[in-house]
Amino acid sequence: MNILVLLKMVPDVVEELEVAPDGKSLDTEFLRLIPNEPDDHALEEALLLKERLGGKVTVLAPDAAEVDEALFTALAKGADRALKLSGADASSNTAGLALAIRQAIAATPDLQGVDLILTGTQANDDLDTLLAPVLAQLMGVPFVGIVTSVVPDAGRRMVTVQKECPKGVRAEFEMPMPAVLGIQAAEKPPRYVPVAKVRAAMKSLKIEAVEAGEPLPALPIEVIAMDKPVVSERAEMLEGSPEEVAGKVCEILTARGLL
Amino acid sequence: MNAATAWTEIASCPSSLENLFDTEEGRRLRTCIQCGTCAGTCPYGDTMDYPPRRMIALLRSGQIEKVFTSDSLLNCVACYACMAKCPRGIRLTDVLLPLMKEQTLAHMPELPAELQKALQNTMRYGNPMGESSRKRALWLKTAGVPIRVLPEQPGPVDLLWFVECYSAFYARGQDIARATAKVFNALGLDFAVLGNEEKCAGECGRLTWEPGLYETLIDYNMAIFAKYSFNHIVTGCPHALNAFRLRYPSYGFRYDTLHVTELLVRHLDRLKPLLKRKLNYTVTYHDSCCLGRRNSIFDEPRILLKAIPGVKLVEMTHHRENAICCGGGGGGMWLDTYYKTKGYERLSERRIKEAVEIGADVLAIACDYEFSRFEDALKVLGHDKRMVVRDITELLAESMEA
Repeated sequence: MNILVLLKMVPDVVEELEVAPDGKSLDTEFLRLIPNEPDDHALEEALLLKERLGGKVTVLAPDAAEVDEALFTALAKGADRALKLSGADASSNTAGLALAIRQAIAATPDLQGVDLILTGTQANDDLDTLLAPVLAQLMGVPFVGIVTSVVPDAGRRMVTVQKECPKGVRAEFEMPMPAVLGIQAAEKPPRYVPVAKVRAAMKSLKIEAVEAGEPLPALPIEVIAMDKPVVSERAEMLEGSPEEVAGKVCEILTARGLL
Repeated sequence: MNAATAWTEIASCPSSLENLFDTEEGRRLRTCIQCGTCAGTCPYGDTMDYPPRRMIALLRSGQIEKVFTSDSLLNCVACYACMAKCPRGIRLTDVLLPLMKEQTLAHMPELPAELQKALQNTMRYGNPMGESSRKRALWLKTAGVPIRVLPEQPGPVDLLWFVECYSAFYARGQDIARATAKVFNALGLDFAVLGNEEKCAGECGRLTWEPGLYETLIDYNMAIFAKYSFNHIVTGCPHALNAFRLRYPSYGFRYDTLHVTELLVRHLDRLKPLLKRKLNYTVTYHDSCCLGRRNSIFDEPRILLKAIPGVKLVEMTHHRENAICCGGGGGGMWLDTYYKTKGYERLSERRIKEAVEIGADVLAIACDYEFSRFEDALKVLGHDKRMVVRDITELLAESMEA
C-alpha cells in the first residue's frame, strides 16, 4: 500500500488574529501557523493502514513557517518520506494548491503509483472542503469526503470507505484505487510522539524539496475585504436562585414561541 | 533523606535504564529488601499491577519490559510518598519512576487524551492549558499594584518572580498572583517578572513522561535567565521549585531558588506588623508533596499562617511527611478523566474528607495546582458551603486590608 498524505499549516486561532493594513488579508506579523488538525487524522489513518497492510507513507506539505517541524513530526511518527512543496502559496487559494500538488505528484516518480491520497476533510482556511475533491477531479480519480473508515483490498485494487452522513447515518462506498479521501476521523486518536523522537528525526532524517511546476493561475475570485466580527450586545446573564433562573428561562422560551 | 543537598547527586543521576545499575542509585536499587512499604504507602498502590516493589523485582531479574506496556505508571502522581518512606533510601520518585514513565510513554499504544493534549500544549505554547504565550502577562493589568516586567525594564533586580502557568492563566491561580504581588509590594521587595517571556519550568515534563519536552523548556528558560541580572528566583509553584532545585542544576543552573513561603518567612519581622486584620478562621494546611516531602518545607507555611491574627491552625490526620497527595502531580492534573473511567477515587476528594472531618472552615494551600483540585472536590462532595480553599498569600493579603 503506497499512501500519500497531504498536510498543511493553517492559522492558529489560539492567537489573536489581526487584519493586515491592506484590509483583506491576515496580518502575518502576529500570525502563527499550526498543523491542520484534521490532517493529523489523515496521517494517523495512513500509519494504521501501513501497520496493518505494509507499504509506505509519504507526507507532502506546502512550504510555510514551522512546516519543517510538522514534517519531522510525521517522520518521527512513522512516515517514510517527507516532501516540502515550494512555489505554492496555500493560503486562500485551495484550487491553486490542488493544481500544484497534482503537478508535484506527476513530477515525482514514486508518487505516480500511489494507491491512496488522504488529507483532512477540511481546514480552518478551507471550510468548503475543496482541496480533496478538486485534486481528485484534476487527477481523474474518485473522491469521498468526511470518511471515518478505510478498508483497502490491494488484490482487487478497490477500497471500501465509510462516510459520515447527517442524523447518524453512515454510507459505505466502494471505488477503484487510486482514490482521494477526505478523512474526518482516524480509527483512533492521532498518536503522541515524544519530543526527543522528533528531535532525533531532525538530526537523522531529511525533508525532500519538490517544486510546483508552472506558476499558479490567478484566482478566479478575489477577497475584497476582511473584518473582525463586530461585537454586538452582550449576552444577558440571568440572576437569582436556580428556581428563579429556571422560571426566567421558561418565560424567555415561551415568549419566543419555543415552549 | 536530605533534600537540600540532593541536587549534586541528581545532577549525576542516570538518564536511561541501560546504565542504571552502574550508578549510585542502581547500587541502592540492588539493596531493596522487597518490604513493600512503597506499595503500601502509595495512594494508588492498590490500583497498580506493578507497584514500585514489583518494578524493582522485575528490574533486577531482567524482566522490566513487562511494566512498559501496563498502565501502572499512569497511576503514579509523583507524590514522593514511596521515596520518603523507603528504608533503603531508594530515590524512586526522583530516578526510577520518571525513567519508567518515559518508557511507558514510548510503548503505550494510546495516551489518555487529556495528558496528550497537555504535553502538546506545553510544547507549543509553554503552558498546559493551550493559552497563547502572548497572553501570559495579561493578569498583570489586574494586579492593582505596580509590577516590574523585566523585558520592558531590564537591569539588575534582587528577586526574579517566576509566576508559572496556573498562577498566570487559571482564574483562581491569578488570585494567588495578585495576592503575592500585593504582599511583595507591601514589604517593599525589589522584584520583577518575565512577563510573556516566561514558559513552564517543565517539572511535569521530566517527572511526567517527556524528557524531550523538559529539555526543550530548560534550554528555553536557561537562555531567558541568562539575559537578566538577578540574585534569587522566587516562585509560588512548588513544581517549578522542584524543577529548579532538582533538575536544572544538571544544565548549569546555579541560582538560589526560594518558594514564596520561604521568602516571606525571611521577612517575618517586617511582615507581622502589616497583618492588622483579625481573621477568625479555623484553618488547616495541606502540605504540597513537592514542598513538603521533597523539599522539607513543612514549617514555613505554618509559621505564616500562625502569624495571621485570629487564625486557628488545626492539623489533618495526615500531615507533614504523611500528607495525602492532591492527585495533581506527575501528570495527575491531566488524568482525572482517565481515573474516573477506571473508577478510582480522586485523591483530592480523599483529602477534602479529612479536612472537613476536623472542622476546618478554610483549607490553606501553597501550591497553584491545588485550587482546581480542591475546589472541584469540595463541589463534588457537596462541602462547598462548609469550607473554602485559600492560598496562604491570599490570607496574608486579606489580613493586610484595613
